Amino acid sequence: MKPSGRRLRGLFLVVGLSMLALTGCGTGKYIPVLSPQGPVARSEYYLIIWSFVLMIVVVLGVFVIYFYMLVKYRARPENKDYVPPEIEGNSRWESIWTIIPIIIVIALAIPTVAVTYNLVQPPKSAAATTATKETPITIDVISERWKWVFKYPGQNIETVNYVNIPAGQPIDFELSSTGPMNAFWVPALGGMEFAMPSKDLKLWLEADHPGTYDGRSAQFSGRGFANMTFKVNSMTQAQFNAWVQKTQQTAPKLTKQTDDQLQKPGLVSPMTFSSIEPE
Amino acid sequence: MLDEGPLIWMSDALITLATIGIIVVLTYFKLWKWLWDNWLTTVDHKKIGIMYLIAAILMLFRGGTDGMLMRAQLSWPNLHFLNADHYDQVFTTHGTVMILFMAMPAIIGFFNVAVPLQIGCRDVAFPYLNAISFWLFFAAAMLFNLSFVVGGSPDGGWTSYTPYVENMFDPGPGENYFIVSLQITGIGTIATGINFMITILRMRAPGMTLMRMPMFTWSVLITSFIIVFAFPVLTAALGLLLIDRDFGAHFFTVSGGGMPMQYVNLFWIWGHPEVYIVILPAFGIFSEVISTFAHKRLFGYAAMVVSMASIAILSFIVWVHHFFTMGAGPGVNSFFGVSTMAIAIPTGVKVFNWLFTMHKGRIEYTSAMLWALGFIPNFLIGGLTGVMLAVPPADYQYHNSYFLVSHFHYVLIGGTVFGVFAGLYYWWPKMFGVLLNERLGKWHFWTFMIGFNVCFFPMYFLGFMGMTRRVYTYPAGYGWGVINLIESIGAIGMGVGFLIMVYNIVWSARFGERDTTGDPWDARTLEWATTSPAPEYNFARIPEIKGRDAWWLMKRNGESINGPKDIPFEPIHMPNNSGRPIIMSLFFFIAGAGFIFSWWILTIIGLLGVLVTLAQRSFEYDDHHYIPVEEIERTESAAGRL
Repeated sequence: MKPSGRRLRGLFLVVGLSMLALTGCGTGKYIPVLSPQGPVARSEYYLIIWSFVLMIVVVLGVFVIYFYMLVKYRARPENKDYVPPEIEGNSRWESIWTIIPIIIVIALAIPTVAVTYNLVQPPKSAAATTATKETPITIDVISERWKWVFKYPGQNIETVNYVNIPAGQPIDFELSSTGPMNAFWVPALGGMEFAMPSKDLKLWLEADHPGTYDGRSAQFSGRGFANMTFKVNSMTQAQFNAWVQKTQQTAPKLTKQTDDQLQKPGLVSPMTFSSIEPE
Repeated sequence: MLDEGPLIWMSDALITLATIGIIVVLTYFKLWKWLWDNWLTTVDHKKIGIMYLIAAILMLFRGGTDGMLMRAQLSWPNLHFLNADHYDQVFTTHGTVMILFMAMPAIIGFFNVAVPLQIGCRDVAFPYLNAISFWLFFAAAMLFNLSFVVGGSPDGGWTSYTPYVENMFDPGPGENYFIVSLQITGIGTIATGINFMITILRMRAPGMTLMRMPMFTWSVLITSFIIVFAFPVLTAALGLLLIDRDFGAHFFTVSGGGMPMQYVNLFWIWGHPEVYIVILPAFGIFSEVISTFAHKRLFGYAAMVVSMASIAILSFIVWVHHFFTMGAGPGVNSFFGVSTMAIAIPTGVKVFNWLFTMHKGRIEYTSAMLWALGFIPNFLIGGLTGVMLAVPPADYQYHNSYFLVSHFHYVLIGGTVFGVFAGLYYWWPKMFGVLLNERLGKWHFWTFMIGFNVCFFPMYFLGFMGMTRRVYTYPAGYGWGVINLIESIGAIGMGVGFLIMVYNIVWSARFGERDTTGDPWDARTLEWATTSPAPEYNFARIPEIKGRDAWWLMKRNGESINGPKDIPFEPIHMPNNSGRPIIMSLFFFIAGAGFIFSWWILTIIGLLGVLVTLAQRSFEYDDHHYIPVEEIERTESAAGRL
C-alpha cells in the first residue's frame, strides 16, 4: 500500500487548487469577504489573512513531521523483528511545542484585541475617495419577518429590502428586530451583527466607492429566511443627496395599512417611503 | 401526518413495515425471551455498551440520511426537492440527532465497553443506574424520531434559539419534541457522568494509581466531570423553555419582559463543554490506538493528562465565542476570543505527543490506525480554522456562514466520528470475539475520508463567498452552484463509506476471523488481558497492577492474568438483571409524549409510573447473586486460561 500520507497530500492539493480555479481566483464579485470594499471589511480582512498565515505555518510544520513519521516508521517486512523502544517523553521537546503555540497565540491575540476595540469606533476612512467628511449618518435597521426595514431618522425616509448610503462616509446602523433574531450581513463592507428584539446593536460600516453590494440575514428565523436579502447601494455624496431630496418629495408616505402589512410574515419587493412613522 | 407529502408517507410505510418485520422475525424464531433475558434487562456494562453502539450506528444512518437530503436540496440553485419547512426540520434533526443521539451514545458506548475492563474491575459502580441511563437515552431517541412522523419535527436549529422557538413564532408540537427528548436523555447522561466518575475514582484494581490509568480511562474521567458540571445547565435552559411553551411563561419572550439572550447564554454554557464531551473520549481512543499500532508507549503521558484537564477547564470559559456578533462589548469579546485561542495550546501539545508516539515505532496500518492517522490532518484543519474563528473581528465575517459549517464538521467528523470508527475497529474483537475485515475496513476509510474532504473542504470557500448556513435554497449567479454540487458528490462518498462499514459488520459476523487469544493487536492495556468477548465477570481474579500499560508489563514478565496457578478462585458477587429500567423509561416516554402534546393525563400517568418504579427499587433487597467457583472454573478452562 502507498503511504496514506502521500495520498492525503495529493488530495488536499487537488481539492484546494480546483476550488481556487472554480472560484475564479479571488474575483471580488464572487468572494466578497476576501475583496473588502470598505475600511471595516478591510481591517477584518487583514486579520483573516494574518490568522491564516499563522495557521498555515502550523499546518506546514505538523504535516512535515506527520508524513516523516508515517513514512519512516511504517512497518515493513524488513523491520519485522524490530522492537520499538519504550520512550516516556522528553521534557525539552515537550516544552518547545508548548512554547511555540503560546507565541503564535500571542501573535494572534494582540492584533485581535486591538481591532476588536477599533471596530466599536466609527471607521477612519483612510482610503475614502470623497474628501468631504460629514457627520455620520444613522440608519435604523429593523428585521421584520422576513424583510429588512431601513429608517433614516435624519432624512425622514424609510426603505424596505434595500438601503442607499453615501460612499466614503461611516454609517451607523442601529439594529433591532420585531420578531426572531436575525443577523445583518454585508460581506463586502464588513462583518455581521445581530438584529435582536428589544435591543439596539450598533454596527459601523463604510463603503470606499460607489457600487452595489449584497446583504443578507445570517441568523435562521423561519420559512422566509433564505430569501431575506437586500441590496446596499453606495453612491457619491451628491447622488445620495439628490436621492434623499427626490425621495422626500415623490415617494409615498408610510401608511398604517402598509406598516401593518410589513409586520406580517412574508416576502416583499423593495419599497420606498417618505416618512418613518405610519400615519 | 396526512398532508405531509410522499416523502413522509414513504417513511411511514417503511417504519411500519420494519416494525412488523422485527416483530414477525422475533416471534417466528421465538427470540422474545432470549432478547428479554439477555439484552433488554441486562445490567452488564459490556452489553449496555454494545446496545449504545448499535443505537448510535442506527442514528448515524438517520442523521446521515438527513444530511444527504440537505445536500440533495442544495446541490444546485433554485431546486425544489424539499420546501423551506421540510428543510428547516431536516437540518434541525440532523444536528440534534448527530450530537445528542449519535455522538453521545457512541462515546458512552465506548465508556461502557472499555472502561471497567481497562481499570480491572467487574462492573461500573452503579450497574442498575447504568441500565436506566441507557434506556432513558433510548426512549428519548425514539421520542425524538417519532416527531418526524407525528406532528412535525422541530425546526429551530439544533441550538433552538429563542425567541424564534417560542410559541408565537413556532407553534405546534415540533419544538416540544426537541425540548422533552433532550431533557430525558440529559437525565440519563448526568447519571452516566456520575457513574463513571465514581467507577474510575473508586473501583480501580489494586495498584492502578491515577497516573497508571490508560489514556482512554483518563479521558472518560475528565469527560465525566464535564458532563456533571455542564448538563445541569442544559436541564435548566430546557426546563425554562418548556415552561414558556407549555404553560405560557415569559422567561425568554420579550413581550413579557423575558430575555432571549439568557437562553443563548445558558445553551452555550452547556453547548461548548458538550463539544469537548464528545471530542475528549475520541482523543482517548486515538491515544490507545496510536500507541498500540506504533507498538510504543504513549509519548508524554503526564503532559497528555494535563492537556486534557486544561482543555476541560478552558471549555467552560469560552462559550461567548458562539455569539461574538450579539453585541457583547469589545472587552468581553476580547476575553473570550483569547481564551478560545488558548485551547489550541494544550491541543497542540496533544497532537505533537501523538506524532512522537510514532517516532521510532513500527507503525502498522490497520483500519483502526488509519482512522487515528486520518484524524490528525483533518482535525488539524478543523482546529486551526477554529482558532481563526476565535478572532472576534474575523468571526463577524465567518459567523453562521459555511466557513463555520465546515469548521465544526471538520472537528466533529474528523475528531469524533473518526474516533468512533477507530474505536469500532479497535474494540470490535473485544465486544464480539470477531475481527472486522481489514480490506473492507480500508475501503470504508478511504471512501469516507475522501468523500468527507470533498464534501466539507469547499465549504470554507462558500463561507468567503457569503453563503450562510440553514438557507434551503439560493439563487443562481453567486457562483455557489458548482461548489455545492461537488460537496453533494462528496456526501455520496461518505454515504458509500458508511454502507461499506455496514457490509463489513454483516460480512464479518459470518465469515470474520475469530479472536481466540483475546489480544489480537498485541495491545497494552488490561481489556486485552481477558477473553474476547469478556466473560460476565470480566476478570476471574482482580489483577494486581504494577505499572502503566499493565497488560504489556504482564506479557513481558510472562505473568498470567489469573495470577499464580495454585490459588483457588472465590465466588464473584454480581448484580441481578432487572426489567425495571426499560419499564421506567417507558413511563418517561409516556410522560414525555404528554408534555409534547400538552395531554396532561398522559403526563400524570407517566410521572406516576416513574415514581412507582423508583419506589419499587428501594424495596428490592434481593438484587445480587454470586457466581459459584465451579462456573468460573468452567468458563476459564473453556477459554484455555487455567
